[in-house]
Amino acid sequence: MPATLAELPVGSSAIVQAMPTGRSCLTRLREMGIVPGTRVSVTRRAPLGEPIEICVRGSHLSMRNHEAAFIAISAA
Amino acid sequence: MSAAAAETPLIAIVGNPNSGKTTLFNLLTGLKQKVANYPGVTVEKKIGECYSQHGKKLRLIDLPGAYSLNARSPDEAVLRDVLLGRRPETPRPDRVVCVVDSANFERNLYMVSQVLELGLPTILVLNMVDVAEQREWRIDAAKLTEILGVPVVKTNAVSGQGLIELKLALSREDISPPKWQDAALPEGVKAALEHSRDEMRQAGAIHTRSSLLEPLYLLSDHDPTHYGIADTQIGRIHELRSRMENDFPGWEDALVAERYRRIEELCAQVLKRPDQEIETITTKLDRILLHPVLGFVNLLLVLGLLFFLIFKVAEGPMGWIEAGFGQLGAWVEGLISPGDFRDLIVNGVVPGVSGVVIFLPQILILFFFIGIMEDTGYMSRLAFIMDWAMSKVGLNGKSFLPFLSSYACAIPGVMAARTIDSPKDRLITILIAPLASCSARLPVYSLLIGVLFPVGEVGAFVQAGIMLGLYSLGTFGAFFFAWVFNKFVMKGSASPMILEMPSYKMPALKSILLQVWQRARMFLVRAGTIILGISILIWAASTYPKTAGDDSAKQMEHSFAGRAGKLIEPVIAPLGYDWKIGIGLIGSFAAREVFNSTMSVVYAVESEDDENLAPLRDKLAAERRPDGRLVYTPLVCISLLVFYVFAMQCVSTIAIVKRETGSWKWAMFQLGYMTGTAYLLSLLIFQIGSALGY
Repeated sequence: MPATLAELPVGSSAIVQAMPTGRSCLTRLREMGIVPGTRVSVTRRAPLGEPIEICVRGSHLSMRNHEAAFIAISAA
Repeated sequence: MSAAAAETPLIAIVGNPNSGKTTLFNLLTGLKQKVANYPGVTVEKKIGECYSQHGKKLRLIDLPGAYSLNARSPDEAVLRDVLLGRRPETPRPDRVVCVVDSANFERNLYMVSQVLELGLPTILVLNMVDVAEQREWRIDAAKLTEILGVPVVKTNAVSGQGLIELKLALSREDISPPKWQDAALPEGVKAALEHSRDEMRQAGAIHTRSSLLEPLYLLSDHDPTHYGIADTQIGRIHELRSRMENDFPGWEDALVAERYRRIEELCAQVLKRPDQEIETITTKLDRILLHPVLGFVNLLLVLGLLFFLIFKVAEGPMGWIEAGFGQLGAWVEGLISPGDFRDLIVNGVVPGVSGVVIFLPQILILFFFIGIMEDTGYMSRLAFIMDWAMSKVGLNGKSFLPFLSSYACAIPGVMAARTIDSPKDRLITILIAPLASCSARLPVYSLLIGVLFPVGEVGAFVQAGIMLGLYSLGTFGAFFFAWVFNKFVMKGSASPMILEMPSYKMPALKSILLQVWQRARMFLVRAGTIILGISILIWAASTYPKTAGDDSAKQMEHSFAGRAGKLIEPVIAPLGYDWKIGIGLIGSFAAREVFNSTMSVVYAVESEDDENLAPLRDKLAAERRPDGRLVYTPLVCISLLVFYVFAMQCVSTIAIVKRETGSWKWAMFQLGYMTGTAYLLSLLIFQIGSALGY
């Protein structure tokens, strides 16, 4: 099982386990719906590996590996 | 404020970006809009009027799109401040229309819940119901009204569905405050916020009747430039925040999680959606448009179309505008008796106005194109595909299109940077945009390359190669400076690249055309006045003081412009230029292509047709210095070409940069760094080249 959202393969889904607190960039991701306990899935990767497109709460967002690597996941 | 305006209710339209909020606003108000900037920030303020179903006048304000009242950008700070009644020039709205993208219902509820807590009478608009239906998302509007205590209207802003119902809801004056309970704050955080509120009240940073929400949102905004309050109070807010973070680490994140817990509870009651995501037009299109190979092919096609429209299709109207102004000049020439006044009109004002209006076709086409791309949802895909490349120089995918547009003309490129929401990335994009070789440089490149390598000798191949080299040099320079600014000049941490991928939808043409018109008018009024003024100045500089004779070359030498050319000769001589080239450089500050017409005057070359460069080119190639050496040696030509690649020589762009960044500071910084780089590189090329014996 991959440890962070950045490693989650395209097409699979997982549950957000933990995110470090107090980081401004992660607060915005939380506000977009990614909070611990939420199911996320990876829809695709851009041709050159970044950014990734994810689906959370039925909304599609994209972010870079740098941010995704902060988001610890566990099996869905 | 007049008494009448006070009686007219002010209704704020708020919502997430891509919720179709502005389209609804445009549908409701049409041309009855006023667009300006909020004082002190480059955030657009749009106020419009419409009439209720009972014929009562309503004022609508379209507030910036945002994901949260925890502001992370100037746009979001304006939204928060207007809703809290913190902006002195904008009254607190009487009612709020909260526009929701139904196909992203749960995520949109985040800000909805924040807005409901403010306690203003609110109408909830479930927009894009058609897209939600495609996804088989069913939202129970009646239940939503029951739980939240607010009117709920379903609309489709593209087709106009639900507009009557929305107007009926807007006409209601009996809307009671929403039932949504304030976010439950942990006891300690609540006590700390109450303490902060007392301190802020004493400092006069917030008004005395403020709820806990105002200190809450101020404390969670990390950028003090957003507050719009005195510096001493900013320091206080900083202290309060540090204390909060010390005492309750992660308090903001806990609040977000709590809010989503309540949103999940609400969704369980009002939203039914399939377990597995349904195949929609969006998922099918994305499989092609974001395909590793087909996605790139499509991107190239889209950009190819854009360039075809800007360069080729715009050519026609630009020709008509030029011809029209030419005729106007000729007509005025026959109307007024010869003299300085006629000269001013014919050679100063008419070409000055013409030089502004000529950009209009390109600006209209570009903004129409951008409008379609944004409205359909393709713009996010473009940013998604290009993000990796742009991230290498510290920018993000959204900078790509404004930069690319600058190859046609930096003016629309700089204006298009408004689509970038990170202020830092937006500023860097604006600063580097004019390094893209715009179409005004093309005539100068052609002329000088023609002098450097006459076609007969080496053929068009080498010419094209040099042209390509110049474009590459500018592009490389732009990326280099983006990297430098990102690394060393700009303060503030990089904001994360979080890009929403909205569902594809049909563009709302009427709304797009309205926005195109607003941009065009803004350009004509703001840039036009400055450009016209400078054109008259340059005319005066080359007209006075007068010589007795009729010889235009003599007149040029005698005029202020000629004297200025001689004055700057010591500065530009190390670059290999003489005072005549100096006049051309000065003239280029009106617009770069003016170099060609100025040099025609300087060398008294009679040419029937601006397009035909041959007479001027031959004259330049034969021109010698007083000591008999050629003026335009290959080394001088290369030095000049490099100068034109890098130098900031366009008052129109300077005027627009000043407008879009909100101050002269960045416009002057840009002028300085670009022209400084141009000077240094040209100096190096000429000096090293000379030393090597070229």
